[in-house]
Amino acid sequence: MPQQPYVFQTVASRPPPRPVGGLLPWVKRNLLDGWTNVLITLLLIALLVLALPPIVQWGVLNAVFGPDNAACRAAAAATNTGACWGVVAEKYRLIFFGRYPYEQQWRPMVACALMIGAIAASCYRPFWRGWLIGLWALVLGAFFILMMGGRFGLVPVETSRWGGFPLTVMLSTVSLLIAFPLAILVALGRQSKMAGIRTICVLYVELIRGVPLISVLFMASFMLPLFMPQGTTIDVLVRVLIGMTLFTAAYLAEVVRGGLQALPKGQIEAAQSLGLGYWQTTFKVVLPQALRLVVPATMNTFIGAFKDTSLVTIVSLYDLTGALQLALGDADWRKFFFEGQLFVAAIYFVFCYAMSRYSLWIERHLNTGTRRQ
Amino acid sequence: MKPARPAPPKKRDWSWRSQALRSVLYQVLALALVFSAGYYLLGNTLENMRLRGIKSGFDFITQPAGFGIGESIIPFDSAESYGKAFAVGLSNTLRVAVVGIVLATLLGTLIGIGRLSRNVLLRSLCGAYVEFFRNVPLLLQLFIWYFILTETLPTIEEALRPLPGVFFSKNGLQFPVPVWADSHIFTLAGFGLGLLGAWWWGRQTRQHFEATGRSRPVWLPGLLLVMGMGLLGWLAGGSPAALDIPEKSELNVVGGGSVTPEYMTVLVGLTIYTAAYIAEIVRGGIQAVPFGQHEASAALGLSRGKEVRLVLLPQALRVIIPPVTSQYLNLTKNSSLAVAVGYPDLVSISTTSLNQTGRAIECIALIMACYLTLSLLTSWYMNAYNRRSLLKER
Repeated sequence: MPQQPYVFQTVASRPPPRPVGGLLPWVKRNLLDGWTNVLITLLLIALLVLALPPIVQWGVLNAVFGPDNAACRAAAAATNTGACWGVVAEKYRLIFFGRYPYEQQWRPMVACALMIGAIAASCYRPFWRGWLIGLWALVLGAFFILMMGGRFGLVPVETSRWGGFPLTVMLSTVSLLIAFPLAILVALGRQSKMAGIRTICVLYVELIRGVPLISVLFMASFMLPLFMPQGTTIDVLVRVLIGMTLFTAAYLAEVVRGGLQALPKGQIEAAQSLGLGYWQTTFKVVLPQALRLVVPATMNTFIGAFKDTSLVTIVSLYDLTGALQLALGDADWRKFFFEGQLFVAAIYFVFCYAMSRYSLWIERHLNTGTRRQ
Repeated sequence: MKPARPAPPKKRDWSWRSQALRSVLYQVLALALVFSAGYYLLGNTLENMRLRGIKSGFDFITQPAGFGIGESIIPFDSAESYGKAFAVGLSNTLRVAVVGIVLATLLGTLIGIGRLSRNVLLRSLCGAYVEFFRNVPLLLQLFIWYFILTETLPTIEEALRPLPGVFFSKNGLQFPVPVWADSHIFTLAGFGLGLLGAWWWGRQTRQHFEATGRSRPVWLPGLLLVMGMGLLGWLAGGSPAALDIPEKSELNVVGGGSVTPEYMTVLVGLTIYTAAYIAEIVRGGIQAVPFGQHEASAALGLSRGKEVRLVLLPQALRVIIPPVTSQYLNLTKNSSLAVAVGYPDLVSISTTSLNQTGRAIECIALIMACYLTLSLLTSWYMNAYNRRSLLKER
């Protein structure tokens, strides 16, 4: 019997896979996947529907934007109450610059712009060269000359009148600039083989980290004057700066130590076998890698330090938070505290959020060399 | 084969270029620097204090304080000593810190899990919460809460009454509390017996499991035992049900338990702020568990609840606990910001004492000593707990 030739038969093609992209599958996956998910979606939509319209009505539709006290009071007394952003329109100079002389306020503005420009330039990686240090020296010099005056025909302004945003920026920037090198030294000291130096560093870090910043600031403002030799006084601003620097440095030192510990020991051994000395090993091999490892934690500490400058309000300096309290001492506008606070909160938010985004970006950039994919 | 050469005699090289000598030299230099700086500052301080006629010493602790304290759990009178005032301040700090830690942990865990939800609305809402509250200074948040709790709430005459017997107004929160009767001892005894029973049931279950490999429910019977025995004890004591319910009088609300708006401000502010940080830690900890663990537990046929309880949480907790500990410490230290809204915590009472006695060094030293002790105690306890949850390796 002759064998039947084998005939290939096409199989009917399978249906295409269900689409996973597009709007509907997305909605199904993200909102309606399972009955608990449906329930959560419904609850949250109900919440949004209930909460959003009154907020929009209060914040935008019924709000008063001009610095008109009577209109503000009317808006607050109406049945559909409206926000009074007029308090910002009226008091923004006081909030931004505190008690700095009114007609001289261009100076803190320029000083702030310089400082923020320098910060922005330092964020850009191609600018990480030697001249950046020179730029910072120039900018800091210009900042203090502008703020203090007394040179180049500028009217002198004593530090007790500084306030608002320039104070916040200056306190956080200068304390971080000094704290960072100090923190690296302390972290290295804590890792050192020499027991005496290690003990000093451990004591410093643990003592500072164990107490709240307020008590450090109280110490700076009440006790530092007692520490000084007879007849010398230090400015309250300098005292607060010392307190904040010492505080931030202790936290940063712990962060840096984390990076030092995470670095494989082989790196140090390799550097030593190449004949590098301690400082060469540290600066050329250890620190560049260790600091890269702790970028997120470092940025978190920076953000924390920026937010913590608000605490100087408690030792009677008028930074952004304190200047707001000052601005709302005015009985006419006291009622609209909340709007002013939201405004200041928004300023802090913008800066802190920018820093945390930058932290994510720089972390990705610095890790290009080690990241797989 | 030649015998191995003997090791060279160990001899300390004290030449100028030796590491040993330099290391000793550096340490001596550093210590000398620190001590001489301390000596110089101390000398200046003593000189300054002598010139300004500032007395020093802790003798003021026993003197009458002369100021009242707005709220406390320990009764305090202005004729009592500074030492007692410090104790009251410390108790107020602890009252905020302990309750805040519990609430922040609960809220933070919920929000951290919410950030990992499949539901995009919930996910982004929790994300917005974390971003907003982490990026605004705590002090400003406290000012905002204080404004909301004192200015936008109705006066005590028109207090909100969300539940019968609960008053919520500018003057704080008043709520009913059960009156202590002697027969409540029976209720407490019932709870105690219930706890014992639950512990016994847990042991039985474990032994049963180890003997037979079959597990029996633990939590529900245990809870039933505790609640049931408590109820039985309460009934046996003649069911004392007297409540101290706050009553509205002409100008005020009297009776019941109450908390001030200052306490609520500090508690709410600290809880919400710290919860944002804890949420991030919880999210990071859960994400640190490799995805393979989820697949493995799915392959074993574990339900989602069992997977979370038996596989994910034990591994996530190991990552979560150390940073959460430091958040607890932060919360305790941040409670010192209470001074800004006038809640009489440790710092607030110390600054009042400082202003009255002029003993700056002593008062600040007391604050620091108290917080240092709290920090060390918390970190010691959490380290002990951390050791228990560490990886059990061979």
